[in-house]
Amino acid sequence: MGGYARYVWPCFGLATVIFAWNLWSARRYLAAARLRAARALIMAAGGES
Amino acid sequence: MWTWFYKLASPPHVYGVAAAFTPWFLGLAAIALGYGVVDGLAFAPADYQQGDAFRIIYVHVPSAWMSEFVYTTMAIAGAIALIWRIKLGHAVAAACAPIGASFTVLALVTGSLWGRPMWGTYWAWDPRLTSELILLFLYVGVMSLRSAFEDAARGDRAAALLSIVGVVNVPIIHFSVVWWNSLHQGATVAKFGKPSMDLSMLWPLLSMFLGFMLFFGAVLCMRLQAEVLNRERQAKWVREAMHS
Repeated sequence: MGGYARYVWPCFGLATVIFAWNLWSARRYLAAARLRAARALIMAAGGES
Repeated sequence: MWTWFYKLASPPHVYGVAAAFTPWFLGLAAIALGYGVVDGLAFAPADYQQGDAFRIIYVHVPSAWMSEFVYTTMAIAGAIALIWRIKLGHAVAAACAPIGASFTVLALVTGSLWGRPMWGTYWAWDPRLTSELILLFLYVGVMSLRSAFEDAARGDRAAALLSIVGVVNVPIIHFSVVWWNSLHQGATVAKFGKPSMDLSMLWPLLSMFLGFMLFFGAVLCMRLQAEVLNRERQAKWVREAMHS
């Protein structure tokens, strides 16, 4: 990297971390929303019976 | 036409479309980013002035463009929600904010890492850098404001208003290098006329930009599904979807 490796590689490393965080947090957020919706469904079913 | 517009923006329709598009966006993003990284790091020639440090642009420039693009998307979605009272607009805006903030952090840190060898400093209170930092504060402000209200609808409206007011910062970021004396270099790609960059360097940059866009599309679709589910938890279509 012509003496610039300590600047170039951290940039690509941080990009990888940011991308991974975005994917992980979005998946987690979606899973939590599905769980809440399922709980609401169970609660509704319990209320009806 | 309006019936079609409202049908298109209906939560069950959007939920289904977002779920279907996510894997496609992710797969195409992986291809575009893979090509951009390999071509940008291994095959693009070193810059005659900046040497190999110029390769930082393959992360820095797409993330900076995306930080502005995502903010504009968020403000437009907020405006649509406020003007036409389409609740989905608030869901899109809420889904955009954390993604845009993360791209802004990436743009600021990679810009700082590029500035050290080129300018001799990690940070300068330069118009471009300062306005990009203000963009990060706006993202944080919009997210904080949305969660600051007990009534979610009020939080959505307040966040939409702030994002619309803050959109004035986007052209300031873009034209700061033209309007003021700036350490930051001027536009090399997004300008009128031919880009002042060789094609061997430009292709990986455009591929990275496409990859960032597709990745944003994928994460937006995932977050949008979650936002729609959270807001429509009691709706009949959600019950049916959960049953199936």
